[in-house]
Amino acid sequence: MIALLIRDLRLSVRSGGGFGLGLVFFLLVATLVPFGVGAETAVLSRIAAGILWVGALLACLLSLDRILALDHEDGSLDLLATAPIPLEGVVAVKALAHWVVTGLPLTLVSPVLGVLLNLPAPGYAPLVLSLLLGTPALSAIGTFGAALTVGVKRGGLLMSLLVLPLYVPTLIFGAEAARRGADGLVNGTPLLLLAGITAGTIALLPFASAAAIRAGLR
Amino acid sequence: MSIWEYANPKRFMQTSAAILPWVSVAAVLLSVAGLVWGFFFTPDDYRQGSTVKIIYLHVPAAMLAINIWIMMLVTSLIWLVRRHHVSALAAKAAAPIGMTMTLVALVTGAFWGQPMWGTWWAWDPRLTSFLILFLFYLGYIALWEAIENPDAAADLTSVLCLVGSVFALLSRYAVLFWNQGLHQGASLSMDRKENVSDVFWVPLVVTIAGFVLGFVALVLLRTRTEIRSRRLRALEARERMS
Repeated sequence: MIALLIRDLRLSVRSGGGFGLGLVFFLLVATLVPFGVGAETAVLSRIAAGILWVGALLACLLSLDRILALDHEDGSLDLLATAPIPLEGVVAVKALAHWVVTGLPLTLVSPVLGVLLNLPAPGYAPLVLSLLLGTPALSAIGTFGAALTVGVKRGGLLMSLLVLPLYVPTLIFGAEAARRGADGLVNGTPLLLLAGITAGTIALLPFASAAAIRAGLR
Repeated sequence: MSIWEYANPKRFMQTSAAILPWVSVAAVLLSVAGLVWGFFFTPDDYRQGSTVKIIYLHVPAAMLAINIWIMMLVTSLIWLVRRHHVSALAAKAAAPIGMTMTLVALVTGAFWGQPMWGTWWAWDPRLTSFLILFLFYLGYIALWEAIENPDAAADLTSVLCLVGSVFALLSRYAVLFWNQGLHQGASLSMDRKENVSDVFWVPLVVTIAGFVLGFVALVLLRTRTEIRSRRLRALEARERMS
């Protein structure tokens, strides 16, 4: 499983793997928003936390079809499905690899983009913390969406349609935690609920994803 | 005799053919009776005026929208556990009806909200969770359409329905939490049952019964169509083989 993780990480870092694409997309979203809503700092600082969360979510979505589609195309997914390690483990490792190359970098650059969007000073730690807790859930849910559409030709759009409604609770709690933090309020409750969603999705969704892949490959 | 006998497509076709006309007629009669009674023979509400009458469309549609999803969840589980094809096809047949009901509930709600709340749409927990439910229906139907192999499609949509149910429930309560953060909508969360007097209540129950029967009739009809198209496909495959 560790070998699989290293393989996935290598593939995504090398050219054509899409590493960095999500980050650039995140930067673009943060750059475009002021053009859309105006450069007034008061407005920007009020919506900064929410914009960064939505941007991170969309950046995650962008790279989802690379989790399984490329492996499905060249046949290595069939090999993995018949490998001695359980398919649930394969899916979990793939979600982890996706998080390491998208969720984690997004979390790390979010303070910089917070500066661009004039995020209030008390908001940085809650923003980073909420993204750190929430992005693993985004990767786990996204892997499930990718597993559902793995057999579908050009399933990218369909996958977005399936995955976005599933992202709602994570987005609500994550953005709420970040926003309360930026307003200087106590944000323990949304953070705990967010952590709960992440723990639950990591624990349970690999089983659903593996079932979906088995059905899709049959 | 057990309920699983109806999982046999032949048995299902016989039984559904026998009861379909009765259910359809009863559905039409009850819906028309309830709606006519509600629209023309009940008094206006003293505060809402005649807009109260949209309740006869809004409440049955909203009830069905939620319960159809639950029915799809049950039939998906039956498909995953016992592999009865009729069950999977019934879930497929129910989804567009559920989506339409969600849309009806949203649109009638908007028509009522415009004069009453002064707005077509508010990000109230109930409204928002219904919009999310609508998106779930869309995704479910789109997944059915996208996959060629019928068994794989049934498997995948069933898994989506299970996972989607959990997330729909989560969203329902997450939205409540999110709305509390904005502290909005005390006037929107009124419990309708306590406000509705018997004058409105009886025709409402009649209409709900009519809508539920109408749903049953439509599901039976659509499931029969699906079974027939399955049989047709099997026949065509056999022709090509020979």
